[in-house]
Amino acid sequence: MATTQYLFAGFGGQGILFSGKFLAYKGLTEDKQVSWLPSYGPEMRGGTASCSVIVSDTPVGSPIVSKPDVLVAMNLPSLDKYEDSVKAGGVIFVDSSLIERKVNRTDVTVHYIPATKLASDNQMPTLANMIIVGKILKELGGYSEESVNAALKKVISAKRADMLEINLKAMQIGANN
Amino acid sequence: MVVFEKPHALADVPLHYCPGCTHGIVHRLVAEVIDELGIEGKTIGIAPVGCSVMAYNYFNCDMIEAAHGRAPAVATGVKRANPENIVFTYQGDGDLASIGMAETVHSAARNENITIIFINNAIYGMTGGQMAPTSLPGQITQTSPYGRDTDHCGFPIKVCEMLSQVDGAQYLERVAVNNVKNVKNAKKAIKKAFQNQVEGKGFSLIEVISTCPTNWGLTPKKALEWVDEKMIPYYPLGVYKDNTAKKEAE
Amino acid sequence: MADKVLMKGNEAIAEAAIIAGCRHYFGYPITPQTEIAAYMAKRMPKIGGCFLQAESEIAAINMVYGVASTGLRVMTSSSSPGISLKGEGLSYLAGADLPSLIVNVQRGGPGLGGIQPSQSDYFQATKAGGHGDFRMLVLAPASVQEMADLTVKGFELADKYRMTSMILADGTMGQMMEPVALDYDVKPMPEKPWATTGTKMEREHNIVNSLFLQPDALEKSNLERYDRYSYIEENEVMYEEYMMDDAEICIAAFGIASRVAKNAIVEARKQGIKVGMIRPITLWPFPTKVFEKAAEKAHTFISVELSMGQMLEDVKLATKCKGEYVLCNRVGGMIPSPEEVLAAIEKANGGAK
Repeated sequence: MATTQYLFAGFGGQGILFSGKFLAYKGLTEDKQVSWLPSYGPEMRGGTASCSVIVSDTPVGSPIVSKPDVLVAMNLPSLDKYEDSVKAGGVIFVDSSLIERKVNRTDVTVHYIPATKLASDNQMPTLANMIIVGKILKELGGYSEESVNAALKKVISAKRADMLEINLKAMQIGANN
Repeated sequence: MVVFEKPHALADVPLHYCPGCTHGIVHRLVAEVIDELGIEGKTIGIAPVGCSVMAYNYFNCDMIEAAHGRAPAVATGVKRANPENIVFTYQGDGDLASIGMAETVHSAARNENITIIFINNAIYGMTGGQMAPTSLPGQITQTSPYGRDTDHCGFPIKVCEMLSQVDGAQYLERVAVNNVKNVKNAKKAIKKAFQNQVEGKGFSLIEVISTCPTNWGLTPKKALEWVDEKMIPYYPLGVYKDNTAKKEAE
Repeated sequence: MADKVLMKGNEAIAEAAIIAGCRHYFGYPITPQTEIAAYMAKRMPKIGGCFLQAESEIAAINMVYGVASTGLRVMTSSSSPGISLKGEGLSYLAGADLPSLIVNVQRGGPGLGGIQPSQSDYFQATKAGGHGDFRMLVLAPASVQEMADLTVKGFELADKYRMTSMILADGTMGQMMEPVALDYDVKPMPEKPWATTGTKMEREHNIVNSLFLQPDALEKSNLERYDRYSYIEENEVMYEEYMMDDAEICIAAFGIASRVAKNAIVEARKQGIKVGMIRPITLWPFPTKVFEKAAEKAHTFISVELSMGQMLEDVKLATKCKGEYVLCNRVGGMIPSPEEVLAAIEKANGGAK
C-alpha cells in the first residue's frame, strides 16, 4: 500500500507544473491512482509556483500535500518555506546551481544536482525541471526508457512531438548526475 | 375599399395602457410589420420590465418576459440558439438606457442580428412617474420634484447619438408617433429594422419618442404637442446611422 | 470503456457538458474557474456550438435564460462574486421554470474575498440563490471524475424537472487534475413543447414568463413548484456513506473537505475509533433521512467544512439536534488539514489516545 506525496516548488517559468504533470501521467500509465494540484493565482506570474502530486496504489484522499515524502526545491525561497514540512525519512532534491545553502535537516535524504547549470551546458536551458525528474526516477526507482517514453507521449501534445527527444535526453542527464 | 382590421400578429385582447399613451400605436406598427413581412411564425418577442411588461400577452408570436434591462442579453441567447428566428426586444427608457445600458451597448457592439424597439417617453411610467435617464433638463417628475437639475443628477442620455459611435450598430433611427406623418415614418423605420434582420444585416434600433400623458400631467392632446415643443428639439428625429445600404453595395 | 486521461476539474466539466449536448456557453472571466471558458472558447467553434464572452455575469445568465427559453441545453460558470451577480437571473430562471446548468467554483468571501478554495456559498446555493421561494438542484463533486459525471447528471435533472442544476465546486476541485473517463450514455432530451422557437403559425403562442400580478395565481405557481420539489426530495437524493456501518462519530463533509476527512478517518480507524462519514453529493435535496438514521448510532456529528458552520445547520436539522455537534472548519481560502480533523475526531472520542 504505497503512497508517495511529492511537492514541487520554484519560480514561475521553471516548469514546476509540467514536471509534476509528467510524474502524474507516469503514474497513470502504470495504473496508479494519481492527483495533481497546482498553486494558482497571481503568484503564478513570476512569483513562486508549486504543485502537489500524489501517486498511490490506493484511492487518493486529500490532494493537498502538506507533508511531502519528496520535496523538489528549485529556488531558495522554496527550500526555506518547505524544508521543515518534509516527512522524517523523506527525500529532498535541491537545484544546487540556484540554491547555495545546504539542507539543515538531518533526518532526510538530500540530493544536490546543479540542474540549471547542466541544462544550460547542454543547450536545453528550459529543461532543468526534467533533469531533476530524471534524477528523482533514478534515485527513487521507476526510471525505464519505456515508462518514461509512454508518459512523455501523454504529456507532450502531438503538435510538439519534436520536444520528446530533448526531454528524454534531459532525464538521462539527470539520471547520470 | 380599405376596411380597418387588427393585424394578425396583434392579439385580440384589451391593452392595459393609459388613455393617450402611444404604446398602443407602436404595438400596432410592430404587428403590422410582422404581418407584412410574413414572419409571425418565426418571430420571438422579448418584453421588458416597465409599462410594456405585459407585451407578451399582446403579440401572437412566441414571447419571453425578461428581467429589467436584460432583454438584449436574452435576445442574444435566443438568436444564437436559433439564428433563423426573428428576434425583437421592446424596451422603455429606464429598461434600455438605465439599468440595461451595458446589455444595450454590448449587444450593439457585438452586432447582434436583432431588432430593438426603444420607447423613449422621458419618464418611468409603470412605477408612477419618476425621473428617467432620458428625462429632460428641468423636467418635473416624482423624483425630480423641483425639475431635473443637471448639476445634481446629470444629463439625459441620447441613445441614438451614443450608439452611432459603436462600430457594431448597423441601423439607428429616431422617430415619433405624435402625428400622422410621424407615425407613417415610424412604420417605415420599424419595417426597415425588421427587414434588416431578415436580410442578416445586423443590429437595428429604432428609438420612438412617445408620450406619457398620465405622468407628464398633460391631456393626451397636450402631450402630443409637448413632444413637438420639448422632446423633439432635444431628441432630433432622423437616421443616425445606416450601414445597411453600404452593405448592399459591397 | 473510454481511456482515462488526466484533466483539470474545470476542463472535465466543460468536456462533459459538450458530451451532454450543451452547445451554448456564456461567461465572464473570474478565478478560479476561467479554464471552463477557455476550454469552451476553443472547442465550441469546432463543433458548431456557441461560446460567447458576455459583458458581465448578469448578461451571461440572461443569455442562458434566452437559450433555455428555446429548449436547448445551455450553461454558464463563475466563482462566488460572479454567482452573486447571477442571483437575479437564477430567480428568473426558477420563476419561468427553465432548465439550465450553473457552475460555481467557489472562492473565499465575502466581498471580493480571495481566490483560494472555499465552500462559503453553501447557504446561497441551497437556500437563497436569489429572491423568492425557489430551489436549485445543488450537486457537490468530490473528484474530477464527479465534476464530469455530475455535469451530465445535472443537465439531465435540469431538463427532467425544468429547473436549474448548480454544480457547487471549489477552487481545489476546479484546479486539480485526476484521471477521468468520459464515457456516457446521455439520455435523450425530453420534449419541450413550452419552448419559444416560433409558432410556425401552427399553435398558440408560447410565453416564457415569471410575472403573475394576481396573487392567487402566483401562489398556485409557487405551490405547484414546491410539489415538484417534494418529489425531488423523495427521489433524487445522492450521497456516499464511508465506514458508517458501526460509526459512533459521524463526519459530514462534501467536496474537498470530504477528501481531507477521509485521510483523517483512515488514521482514526487505525486507533480503533468508530468514525465514518456521510458525504452529501446533492446538497439540495439534502440527505436528511441518511443523517437521521445515522443519529440512531452516532453520538457526535462533526461538520468538516470550508465555511462558518453553514452545513452544520442542516446536519442539526436532519438529526433533530439529538446529538453532540462539532464544527471543524477553516475559511477564507484555508483548508482544514487531516491532522486538524483527526484532532476533532479524537476529542469527540473522549480525548487523544
